[in-house]
Amino acid sequence: MSALVIDVRGLRKEFTITRKAGRLRRTRHTVAAVDGIDLRVGRGELLGYLGPNGAGKSTTLKMLTGVLMPTSGEVRVCGLVPVAQRRRLAARIGVVFGQRSQLWWDLPLRDSFELARHIWRVPAADHATRLARFRRELDLDDFLDTPVRQLSLGQRMRSELTIALLHGPEVVFLDEPTIGLDVVSKQAVRAFLTELRDRGDTTIVLTTHDLADIERLCRRLVVIDRGRVVHDGTLGALHERYGSRRRVLVELDEQLSAPIELPGVVQESSSANGRLITFSLDGSTTAGELVGRLASVAQLRDISVQEPAIEDVIARLYASSTTPPHPRRSRP
Amino acid sequence: MIADLATSARRSAGRQYPRTRTIAALVVAGFRRYTTYRQATAASIFTNTVFGYLRCYVLLAAAAGSGLAVTAGYTPQQLATYCWASQGLIGVVMIWGWTDLGDRIRSGDIVADLLRPVHPVTSYLAIDLGRAGHASLTRFVVPMVVGAISFDLHTPQRFATYPLFALSALLGVVVCFGCRYLVNAAGFWLLDVRGVNLVWLFGSSLLAGLAFPLHFLSEWPWLVTGLWVLTPFPSILQAPLDVLVERGSVGQLLGVVAGQAAWAGVMLGICWYVQRRADRKLVIQGG
Repeated sequence: MSALVIDVRGLRKEFTITRKAGRLRRTRHTVAAVDGIDLRVGRGELLGYLGPNGAGKSTTLKMLTGVLMPTSGEVRVCGLVPVAQRRRLAARIGVVFGQRSQLWWDLPLRDSFELARHIWRVPAADHATRLARFRRELDLDDFLDTPVRQLSLGQRMRSELTIALLHGPEVVFLDEPTIGLDVVSKQAVRAFLTELRDRGDTTIVLTTHDLADIERLCRRLVVIDRGRVVHDGTLGALHERYGSRRRVLVELDEQLSAPIELPGVVQESSSANGRLITFSLDGSTTAGELVGRLASVAQLRDISVQEPAIEDVIARLYASSTTPPHPRRSRP
Repeated sequence: MIADLATSARRSAGRQYPRTRTIAALVVAGFRRYTTYRQATAASIFTNTVFGYLRCYVLLAAAAGSGLAVTAGYTPQQLATYCWASQGLIGVVMIWGWTDLGDRIRSGDIVADLLRPVHPVTSYLAIDLGRAGHASLTRFVVPMVVGAISFDLHTPQRFATYPLFALSALLGVVVCFGCRYLVNAAGFWLLDVRGVNLVWLFGSSLLAGLAFPLHFLSEWPWLVTGLWVLTPFPSILQAPLDVLVERGSVGQLLGVVAGQAAWAGVMLGICWYVQRRADRKLVIQGG
């Protein structure tokens, strides 16, 4: 792995929740929102940080950016301790929290960018170079002089990405950057992030519920549930782990005289008098081998191959995590 | 490329980019921000002017009713100046109606402020100074001009009064900002700061010298002295108003301004301390 940019060891965050337990009695429960996470991210990686609602994604991001104090554990981002050195760290990271804005609501967008230059103390020439590039790549020119409060969600999100990157951060934390965007805006944001990733000099941590974001952007996925890491690896490894299967749909001129028997091939369904058949493959046999066998025993009219759906594997992963919630201690 | 630029930017930022330019940019942004709310500014000016007439007539009538040429050391001209200047300064020090920080704490947007490489107190103060600059040109000037046309106002007898008043009003803004910041910062611990805000509104209106000049309480000198020494309130409005109507010698008024400067330092120090405690305690609302 290239030089470590994010180094997290045994990160834990507990919250105390008070519940009514009688007319006058209250009980206090300590709940671990993040429960001992270890994470190492190298320079230039794009990390997909996933999990169901309430899994602890945003809590982790807040601790990594220094706006939330961990209960225990060690965190270093760009070699700095986030809470203790938050302002120094803020100069070296960019953050987009989908529902929080770094833009100035009352002023034209251009003024927000200019103000960002002063706040992050960026030399004018560097600022101009980057802004020109972001204007081109994110198509900002049409609304540069529009007050931020009048921007559409898609325009605002592109502007948030710009302001998060204008100071040339080493790490960018993106918390659901495509939430609520239309298809065109999502594509623009994804294309921009793809290019940023491919340059390889900015580390990106992306949390999202949009599985298309994951498929198109993330080479490494960290999935957390109830504050614990349940998967850390590639998307392929995730499919392998949860037994994802490719599907081959074939249309024949007539039904098969005998079932196809190949290793790892299962006939899932059959319709239209046995002429439309769906096979699922676990990888032991390739789609080509299956089609070859079919062509030797019947006349093929049409075939299509469906890749395993990421929705299925993520849903299976979330559902399979049966760890109970973590009320660690309770006291009256 | 981004990382290369970032590295060069960081290396050169300290040398090429003085922090004062950041603060100046925030001051300008605060000024620009308020220029976008023209109708609200016009409405505030109108309200302050109407209440200026009401307060001035009531105060002058009360003074005339006492049968004395001088009331609590004020001549009628000084009283009229006190009324109109205090009406103008309401908007400059922004004694009421600032909930920016509290709203951002409640909504969780404070996270965006904390992710900037500028201390939140510095940032909010700079923006507030810009706002005060805008209010000085609009909400202070117009009521003063209307007051000067409609009433016989006190004309400063010493040239030094003008710069001293500007300095005193500036310190009044800083002290008031400190109080407002603390009231709003209570939101870090309390989800709803309306109660704290109500206490602030009541206390500031009464004790800052807005409802009546604090010198009217001269029968209770221990109370007046206590207010000046133990609370920041008189430093917000009464001090600049005393400077403007020249209540005392230059030396005495310099002492008043020095007291304001001390309170400004104390309030900002408390704001810094509270913010540091809040950073440790912080729970950002929402996901």
